[in-house]
Amino acid sequence: MSALVRMHNVDKSYGKVRILHGVSFQVNKGQVVAIIGKSGSGKSTILRCMNRLETIDSGEIEVCGHLLNSPKVNLNALRRDVGIVFQSFNLFPHLTVAENISLAPRIAKNKSKEEALKITQTVLQRVDLLEKSNAYPEQLSGGQQQRVAIARSLAMEPQVMLFDEVTSALDPYLTGEVLSVMEQLALGGMTMILVTHEMAFARKVADQVVFMHEGRVWETGSSEILNCPQTHELKQFVGSEL
Amino acid sequence: MTYKFEFADVIVRLPLFLDGVWLTCQLAVIATLLGFIIGTLCAIGRRGSNVGLARACGFYVEITRNTPLLVQMLIVYFGLASIGLKIPAYLAAIAALVINVGAYTCEIMRAGMDSIHPGQIEAAECLALTRAQVYWHVILRPAAERVYPALTSQFVLLMLASSIASQISVEELTAVANRVQSETYRSFETYAIAALMYLFLSYVMRLGFWIFGQMVFTRRRKVGTPM
Amino acid sequence: MGGVFNVNHFNYLLLGAAWTFGLSVLAMIAGGMVGFIVALSRISPVAPVRWLAIAYVQLVQGTPLLILMFLAYFGLTVAGFDVPAIVAATLAMTIYISAYIGEIWRGCIQSVPRPQWESAECLALTKMQRMRLVILPQALKIATPPTVGFMVQVVKNTSLASVVGLVELVRAGQLVNNSLIAPLTVYTIIASLYFTLCFPLSWWSRKLEYRLSVRRAQVET
Repeated sequence: MSALVRMHNVDKSYGKVRILHGVSFQVNKGQVVAIIGKSGSGKSTILRCMNRLETIDSGEIEVCGHLLNSPKVNLNALRRDVGIVFQSFNLFPHLTVAENISLAPRIAKNKSKEEALKITQTVLQRVDLLEKSNAYPEQLSGGQQQRVAIARSLAMEPQVMLFDEVTSALDPYLTGEVLSVMEQLALGGMTMILVTHEMAFARKVADQVVFMHEGRVWETGSSEILNCPQTHELKQFVGSEL
Repeated sequence: MTYKFEFADVIVRLPLFLDGVWLTCQLAVIATLLGFIIGTLCAIGRRGSNVGLARACGFYVEITRNTPLLVQMLIVYFGLASIGLKIPAYLAAIAALVINVGAYTCEIMRAGMDSIHPGQIEAAECLALTRAQVYWHVILRPAAERVYPALTSQFVLLMLASSIASQISVEELTAVANRVQSETYRSFETYAIAALMYLFLSYVMRLGFWIFGQMVFTRRRKVGTPM
Repeated sequence: MGGVFNVNHFNYLLLGAAWTFGLSVLAMIAGGMVGFIVALSRISPVAPVRWLAIAYVQLVQGTPLLILMFLAYFGLTVAGFDVPAIVAATLAMTIYISAYIGEIWRGCIQSVPRPQWESAECLALTKMQRMRLVILPQALKIATPPTVGFMVQVVKNTSLASVVGLVELVRAGQLVNNSLIAPLTVYTIIASLYFTLCFPLSWWSRKLEYRLSVRRAQVET
């Protein structure tokens, strides 16, 4: 079991405010890890540290062999190994779905037009949106846009995928289609780290759950901890999320 | 009023007018292309992390936008000649026009680029695109589409402003009108015809820009909504 | 010929700058008055008035100011009026300004939020009262930053009055240069004087714009 993501004693502050205190955990290949917690607990921050969207003040983060706190880290290479899906989709509005997906493989990985087209069709098939190839993002529903965003990250063939509260901006009846795509990805063996409020999904799919509170890893374990929380704070959190 | 309108003398000189129109078009097209490139580079410079470059671009924009084009042309043509840099009037006019429209384009493009949602830039960077690739594929085209009406108006104004080149003896439309006027003494008719020609040119320019926009901004053509 | 740029030359330039300032103020006031009529005509419910205003704006905005200067100058002469250059320049600039500022103000009037128009109607005010008491005061606030910004254009455009003989800043500079033959020095000083006149206006316009957008954001939240 190789660790794809290794985090040790990570600290981060914004000015005088401490966001992360000594965060340490590990994600193995093929694992699905759900990071949960209240807003302000640092869960989104720690996720964004994993692909260097945020920097850390002290500690170590190693992702897919890249040492993130080293000044010589190759960001481009890192981002080819780590994909991310955002809460607000962030699709490129001036490009069609197919162009959104094929852009990065073509220009960052130098794939030929034919190769890129094949990759695009494959990932669109996986998220069940092949027929929307030539549509523009504004013509799609929120759930469809998020699935395209997932496809866009998948097209880069990453080793790890990060999901930053990807269903929080969706109407409730649209979250199902996105969650089922994510479940398929998990079953296919993708290493996934998700910040989420979807407790049922975490229970069902996560191999490891990390509960963050006030910038610390408060409690962690298998998804069983959601059923039998050990700490008072997690008990409160799970109770409030029901 | 004892003045009688007589267009005959002026109409006979129409070929001269058309020569002037041709030169005006040259000035407008060349200055538009070069000015857009310089303005866009300047906007990128102003947004960059190099403080010295950002400030230099800022100075360029402020100085150019707060001084008249006529003075800028006089400096480029007469001023530089006096220190040994003799430039032909045609090139001096283009240089002054490019410097002038570059400053305005910089501000327009900067507004367009600033309006791109930072989330998209983040997403592009997370797809392993380099800074240059992000600018080209994710920032510049949507920014240009958003500010396209403002750019169009700016370049039409540029074409009209090329009339000032007549003051450094470039034989564009206004200079031709001056010459015809001095030969025929039909001042009102001459300048009225010149005005109508400029009006026609401005419509043609707007049409041209519209067609170009429809070709380049495929999303707008297919979906129809503004950016 | 030749010589050194001295205080006398500078004073002569300052005199030209005074004429620049004077023409700017005169043209702005006259152009503003006509522009106000243009703005109201553009949104008039009477179709012929609207079309006339649109045609006027299209015509003026499609003509270079330099051509307008010549038309005004020669036009007045052939109409039998032997007028000083300042009158011709003011006439040309008034027409030019009225078209552009009229469009700017029309946009500002129309951007007063729809609810304001509706609530004014519901208050049983007459059309005139609605405009005067509700719409125009708000339009005025919205119009201030672009109007101040446009005044920068006005000051710069007065430079074209040099072409019809008005001894404003550029013409004064050309005359000084004729005796000194030092175009780079003279014209750079002239550019600096324009900058001194224009930059404060540009800066003020930006400040007003910022304050307006902040206030708008506060109202909308």
